[in-house]
Amino acid sequence: MEEGGRKGAVIEFEDFSFQYFSQAEPTLHGINLKIYEGEKVLVVGPSGSGKSTIGHCLNGLIPFSYHGKTGGSLKICGKETKDMNIFELSKRVGTVLQDADGQFIGLTVGEDIAFALENDRTGQEEMKETVQRVADMVDMGRLLKSSPFELSGGQKQRVAFAGVLVDDVDILLFDEPLANLDPATGKTAIDLIDKVWREYHKTVVIIEHRLEDVLYRDVDRIILVNDGRIVADMTPDEMMAADILGKYGIREPLYVTALKYAGVKVEAAHRAGRLITLDIPAVQDAVLKWHREREEKEAQQERPVILAAEHLNFQYTKKRKILQDISFEIREGEMVSIVGTNGAGKSTLAKVICGFVNEDGGKLLLGGEDMRGRTIKERSKTISYVMQNPNQMICKPMIFDEVALGLRLNGAAEEEITERVEHALKICGLSPFKKWPISALSYGQKKRVTIASMLAMNPKILILDEPTAGQDYHHYTEIMEFLKSLNEAGVTILMITHDMHLMLEYTSHAIVISGGKKIGDASAVEILTNEEIAEQANLKVTSLYELAKLTGIEDAQGFVQKFIDYERRNMRA
Amino acid sequence: MKAKLFDYIDRDNFIFNLSGLTKLLCFIFMTFAVMFSYDIRYILFVMALSAVIFKASGLGFKQVKIMAVYVVIFLLLNFILTFLFAPVYGTEIYGTRHEIFRFTDFYVITQEQLLYQVTKSIKYASVVPLGMIFLLTTNPSEFAASLNRVGISYKAAYALSLTLRYFPDMIRNYQDIAVAQQSRGLDLSKKEKLGIRVKNTMNICIPLIFSTLDRIELISNAMDLRGFGKHKKRTWYVARPLRKGDWGALCFGALILAGSLCLSFFVNGSRFWNPFV
Repeated sequence: MEEGGRKGAVIEFEDFSFQYFSQAEPTLHGINLKIYEGEKVLVVGPSGSGKSTIGHCLNGLIPFSYHGKTGGSLKICGKETKDMNIFELSKRVGTVLQDADGQFIGLTVGEDIAFALENDRTGQEEMKETVQRVADMVDMGRLLKSSPFELSGGQKQRVAFAGVLVDDVDILLFDEPLANLDPATGKTAIDLIDKVWREYHKTVVIIEHRLEDVLYRDVDRIILVNDGRIVADMTPDEMMAADILGKYGIREPLYVTALKYAGVKVEAAHRAGRLITLDIPAVQDAVLKWHREREEKEAQQERPVILAAEHLNFQYTKKRKILQDISFEIREGEMVSIVGTNGAGKSTLAKVICGFVNEDGGKLLLGGEDMRGRTIKERSKTISYVMQNPNQMICKPMIFDEVALGLRLNGAAEEEITERVEHALKICGLSPFKKWPISALSYGQKKRVTIASMLAMNPKILILDEPTAGQDYHHYTEIMEFLKSLNEAGVTILMITHDMHLMLEYTSHAIVISGGKKIGDASAVEILTNEEIAEQANLKVTSLYELAKLTGIEDAQGFVQKFIDYERRNMRA
Repeated sequence: MKAKLFDYIDRDNFIFNLSGLTKLLCFIFMTFAVMFSYDIRYILFVMALSAVIFKASGLGFKQVKIMAVYVVIFLLLNFILTFLFAPVYGTEIYGTRHEIFRFTDFYVITQEQLLYQVTKSIKYASVVPLGMIFLLTTNPSEFAASLNRVGISYKAAYALSLTLRYFPDMIRNYQDIAVAQQSRGLDLSKKEKLGIRVKNTMNICIPLIFSTLDRIELISNAMDLRGFGKHKKRTWYVARPLRKGDWGALCFGALILAGSLCLSFFVNGSRFWNPFV
């Protein structure tokens, strides 16, 4: 931190602690951290580590909206935050929240960007000028009149970004900016943050657990938070060499994992913080050797088709065709990911399969039988659908009742219900909580309750919408390993996702949808090493593939496959 | 999707381009005019006008179909109940009694009662389209801006406009939850008994309320972080200055109100138009 000497600290935590009134234990303990003017800092940590709480302290939601006991000192631009108010702080720290959709206040892009100006009693003419100028900074200048419904997730985030830039803040705080974005849009978001950081000399703090995606652009320092304490504060290169990320439930970049598998002892001098800076010659031999020594896995035998679509079409209105001529085959016991951009038709496809909406053309075959005319209820005996947000599904206060709801509605006998519910709870690891109220559970646990309530119905096919959205690596692994065990027990699983790690690691089969059409249907490895498909579907080619290319491996796809097989065999046994 | 109820869709025509303040005031003027007068001729005139305005605003009947159905049901109920409870109220008002048909001594259909009830129904029937035009042609934010300009606190105005805005979202959310719950065997179709259907609907409302509460926390944080409530006053990005058309419309609305008042005070001598004497 040579720069630190020259420039002043804009954020200074000194022995800072915080405890929410609603909690028995402090969330942050003895935080000492200085962030200097013009730095770009990434804060990582597992869920519940306190990283979001740090963000709340910076933007003033703590202590002004969420109350609790603070200790020590936090100065922003040399002033104690305790002595300011949330409005004064919002002039210094601009926050872009995680959910770009929920924070869209105005009815149009222009109005939303103007929100802070309106509250400052800016005159209309000046306001319109500022809005135009800031919107141009984030490339939204031509969409000022668009409503949020017409925008993609990435565009909404740009609007949120512009909304804080109008204030000419010194510090920009991004709370999980990648959470709801597909990989390619996430990449653009990181680019944009980088551009504003460079051109307008802001101090940038990013809170995120998708480390590899943030490191796509330069970051000065990574702060690792765990259990309310800072456990590491180093440059990305040092962090990769320190080999501590995994221990704290943060996934290191895949190419770094690959290097380790290949027996490379990563050092700071390798500059492994970003793939671009990686010292390839130093690691090349080891990677090539590893690649030569791995064997190809033999192909699996084919199982009967359980669900098939033939030339499926769907449209809400004549003009907007949502699904066009979709055909695919899913075999019994497969784990399939359905991927594609937001609005590509993934969720609609799931809705058609469950019968929430009816196809306009084509056929859906379940075990060879045409499903046309079958009601939601009839289909629900074989196909279950788990929505993304568990809060949208849970309607009983007690866990047992929630899981039993479907069976009770179908008129099962109480004895049978008890038996099946207990079985489902056991599979989902929820047995100890059987008598608990749902409100006492964490988000991840609620998610499992919703899955348990579907399992109780004994479905053959389970469709999950973004099963791991908003989960850190630890919970992600937990959920996915759990789904995998279900899958091994015979349930066919379909997942709508844009998490490429999930696709690569867990699903052997991936169906790619873009603009309502199927543009890819192959193994996940093939899809994620196909630059053309990846680009069309807003995916990103995996860094493993790039590593293979850089080290001169011709069969890059084979390398990725070997990595996945190796990981499955050795790491999760 | 069906969730188009109360969806504001921007259009470019005279009615849409009026300022929200103008539309609010005109709505108040015309409603008051209709509510004050019991002269069926004048009410019919306003009703015809509101039909013309509806046409001019370019709104489709589809957008208001559901609302229209509810209004018709309400009017019918109101019509029947009025007769059941006060079958001869018309004769009391107009002071004459022209019988048409006699059910019993108490339930008699008179010309006076018919006139009174028809007038009342038309009154409601002419105000409702005005309200719908106002709601559907006014950008919710601009609506808040206009409320603020007629003296209502901007916080209250903003709360109202946010509610209007999130209403379509909530309907969408409700539909999502409903299908997910149906796939668990929750029956909302007409096959199920009414009591159970109501109970089943409750099952959808609980997740709806919780996800809405999440949403409210998020939006209120987002608003705090961007300085909402900092000052006693705020400006509005969407506020439109009053233009010629606005003044014209305002005068027109005021004229309608004045017409109603004049008719009552100078022509009819009371709020009722009495053709029976």
